[in-house]
Amino acid sequence: MTQPALADSAVTLLTAQAISVVRGGDGVLREVDLAVREQEIVTIIGPNGAGKSTLLAALMGLTPLAGGRVIRHPRLVVGYVPQRLRMDPVLPLTVARFIHLSAPRASLPLAWMGRLGCDRLLERPMHGLSGGEMQRVLLTRALIRRPNLLVLDEPAQGMDMAGEQELYGFIEQLRREEGMAALLVSHNLHFVMAGADHVICLNRHVCCFGSPVAVSTTPEFQQLFGSKATGLGYYQHHHDHRHTPLGVVRETP
Amino acid sequence: MESFLLRALLSGMGVALAAGPLGVFVVWRRMAYFGDALSHSALLGVVLGVVTGLNMNLAIAGVCVLVAAFVTWLHSRPELPTDAVLGIFSHAALSLGLIAASLASGVRMDLMGYLFGDVLASSWEDVVWIFLGAALVLTLLVWYWNDLVNITVHEGLASLDGVSVGKMRVLFMLLTALVTAAAIKVVGALLITAMLIIPAAAARPFSSTPEGMAIRAALIGTFSAPLGLFASYHWDLPSGPAIVLVACVFFLFSLGVGKRG
Repeated sequence: MTQPALADSAVTLLTAQAISVVRGGDGVLREVDLAVREQEIVTIIGPNGAGKSTLLAALMGLTPLAGGRVIRHPRLVVGYVPQRLRMDPVLPLTVARFIHLSAPRASLPLAWMGRLGCDRLLERPMHGLSGGEMQRVLLTRALIRRPNLLVLDEPAQGMDMAGEQELYGFIEQLRREEGMAALLVSHNLHFVMAGADHVICLNRHVCCFGSPVAVSTTPEFQQLFGSKATGLGYYQHHHDHRHTPLGVVRETP
Repeated sequence: MESFLLRALLSGMGVALAAGPLGVFVVWRRMAYFGDALSHSALLGVVLGVVTGLNMNLAIAGVCVLVAAFVTWLHSRPELPTDAVLGIFSHAALSLGLIAASLASGVRMDLMGYLFGDVLASSWEDVVWIFLGAALVLTLLVWYWNDLVNITVHEGLASLDGVSVGKMRVLFMLLTALVTAAAIKVVGALLITAMLIIPAAAARPFSSTPEGMAIRAALIGTFSAPLGLFASYHWDLPSGPAIVLVACVFFLFSLGVGKRG
């Protein structure tokens, strides 16, 4: 399978070559190939137990490989948003302190925090956050080291529809304005179709791979998204404005 | 003040000073059983020290480090839950220590003293060892503080921040082994975990930052030691249990009074 070229000169930030992961004697991932280039958004989709989170962990060096290898560009800085973070109330930790744990001397990305609605959470204890607030805080923490690749594991968990749209809009904005690449696990059909440059269907191995339009015709994709996908005439248009979460057009400055 | 009482006071406060801040990690990381496994096996170290004539503190710390390494290795076997593994281990170590103590016949040793502490019998040498150990533990805790808190929250995130998770785990193990070796004289093998977790738990309701909780745990521990000793001296109570009970009173008080996020 060849990857359609984004731009020939684009730097490949992260490459996986035939990586396999074995856990408790079971093959969780089998010979997965993957590449993420600068400013590229790659979405991983797949059923439960497909090894999506394991793949992310393996790419970031958090899980030992049983085979294959991962090549990281020397300039790669990863910002990671894990699938969930369970905060034990016995550890007193404010949001500001939690974000600073990652880089004690770095300044907070205040502009982004305002955009995410995180600035007013700073003094709140971590264990009191709602699911959606937690995701925003995790994303802010991922941004503090000024990454060039965001790795997000189902980042919209616990968010309502409007929050989810805002979040995906934010990821696209980061790519547009900061040149940040993103590798994410997502089942938001709209984002997968409109936001991603490449889609990978994973089920312990790579079932299909390609542009969203190409992948959407595969049986694996249709099985995953059901009739939602087949009946969807996806209309792609260029945005010269932003929407508020309620759909009101907001002028771009 | 009589000098044995002064030595006891210094020993107790020295141990509490280090056990409090380390104990907050034991509580945060849910490792109370790990503390038990280490402190129960400290008895083996005592027997080893008595039989071989090695320095007792070194023998205890050495055995604790070996045990910690073994337990960490057991940890990596996913088919058994951690608390069960540690529960099995800590009681096996205790039984082994008691049997070794009874087999080492001909050597007179005060078993009760090592099980429940005998702080009133501490020598100046003990006091020096305790303060050296406490200073080392506190220095390392301060030095690696941010990394230790970071891995406590999420090991994956900490690892991406460049924290060596394996190194921090080993450090935590070594610190617990050191505190165990220092504390056995004061509260005894059976009550060491209490000195780790009770001041930390009592500090939680009054704290809104990790550092605040560590400092309050150290303070609560260092207050419990002289108050416990005073009770022990005044009413002729066993000193280790008296110190632990005073810490428990602080804990009960914190449940009623403290109400912070």
